[in-house]
Amino acid sequence: MGAINERVVIIGGGQAGIQLADSLRAQGYQGEISIVDDDRALPYQRPPLSKDFLTQGPAPEPLPLRAASFFAEQNIELRSGLTVLSVDTVRRSVALSDGSTLGYAHLVFATGARNRQLACPGAELPGVLGLRTLADAQQLQQALGRARQVVVIGAGFIGLEFAAAARARGLAVTVLEFAQRPMGRAVSTCLSDWFAQTHRDNGIDLRLGEGVREIRATGNSLVVGSSTGDEYDADLVVYGIGVLPNIELAQASGIHTENGITVDAALRTSAAGVYAIGDCAWFPNAFSGSRTRLESVQNATDQAKALAEVIATGSGEYAALPWFWSTQGALRLQIAGLAHPEDTPLVLGEMRAGKYSVALFRKGVLTAVESVNSPADHIAARKLLASRTEITPAMLREPGSTLKELAKRAVLIGA
Amino acid sequence: MPTIIFSQSDQSATEIEVSEGTTLMRAAVSNGVAGIVGECGGQAMCATCHVYVDPEFSAELDEIGEDEEEMLDCTTAARTEYSRLGCQVKMSAKLARIRVSVPNEQV
Repeated sequence: MGAINERVVIIGGGQAGIQLADSLRAQGYQGEISIVDDDRALPYQRPPLSKDFLTQGPAPEPLPLRAASFFAEQNIELRSGLTVLSVDTVRRSVALSDGSTLGYAHLVFATGARNRQLACPGAELPGVLGLRTLADAQQLQQALGRARQVVVIGAGFIGLEFAAAARARGLAVTVLEFAQRPMGRAVSTCLSDWFAQTHRDNGIDLRLGEGVREIRATGNSLVVGSSTGDEYDADLVVYGIGVLPNIELAQASGIHTENGITVDAALRTSAAGVYAIGDCAWFPNAFSGSRTRLESVQNATDQAKALAEVIATGSGEYAALPWFWSTQGALRLQIAGLAHPEDTPLVLGEMRAGKYSVALFRKGVLTAVESVNSPADHIAARKLLASRTEITPAMLREPGSTLKELAKRAVLIGA
Repeated sequence: MPTIIFSQSDQSATEIEVSEGTTLMRAAVSNGVAGIVGECGGQAMCATCHVYVDPEFSAELDEIGEDEEEMLDCTTAARTEYSRLGCQVKMSAKLARIRVSVPNEQV
């Protein structure tokens, strides 16, 4: 599979790009594989950067995606610290920032996403930081060592993970969120409300319906002015206000893009031999029935595995169940499936005990499960949703019924 | 520094020396030990760093936490009394030359 002299060029050395290279070799692909990565570091896992990395000792080490020896052993060329300047989809070649060009049989955009930047006055001041790369996390880790009060802008996953980590280090933490709920786009209303209350109980000053208006420097510290006219002192401001997919290179190459690089179920873009996977891909979702773009390890990993099959065998599609996780202090949130704001919730377990799941139903059928400190529920929900077993609220309301029992039964009857 | 010995079902083994406090998962992932995935980055959330610890070391290990307990029931390869999640076992002097077996399947 894969003629010896053909080449796959992968743009991006994140979770998706590295998994693709690994899976291509696992599929027996024999052509050349080149990964072009703009980060200079050995490719690393991002999720710990907003969690463990910030709470470990003084000089935390990133967790690599693969061992340094992996690339040579698998005959994968890793070109770190380089960017792709342009793509010629007719001649099938890419031009790199070191002046070299690489021909390709298959080109894969695994370009990920970048932080949406703060646009308010003062956004460029020292002490105002985002969090996405290892370099960001290292800078933040150092700043945390000196900071006493932090203002976090945005109560999404990253903002809340950082806020909880900073709080665990004993800092005073204020979170500003212009929407009325934390994680509003990603979770059910009841879960969002419970997280808001729990973070407040842990001493985080969570301000909903309040955005940032400006940031000013006053001597060695910062003042954050909010949309309600309130002001907050801070020696560190961290923003997590969403991301933008890295689609500009694809656009400039004449490849069709929308809210991401548009691909079909086999992850093919509008240009022959060109694909997109991970955070940057705008793909037809087999579970929601519409196009979507997902920012998660699961999406990156499973799309990479699906694409490896497409490239190595010429067939295959991406149809995996989406799942997510977020660790916010002692709160471990895991989500299986895609929730919708109009879905009907059913709480399983005791919210007050901090260990429960929210099952979400659309037209009477289970579509997603959000689990808090209940990993067994999460794993069971993934099995049930992936196998498309029809679960109704009545089935879960039966005395003694659990997701785990239902998943066991589903396996037994071969669903 | 203590050493970990990872053995595979084909009888091959990898010895890795690590500093104290390093988890079995991090040691395996950083050194390319086959069969240890660590997909969630060490949060006891994915059960893809499942290992069987040599019985000789059972008594030396810290107790299984609540999160780990639940995830161990979700491993792909069958759980035994020697099952642990590699991300939850931190190396210390008393675990020097600990031997762990990597299951055939993680995902």
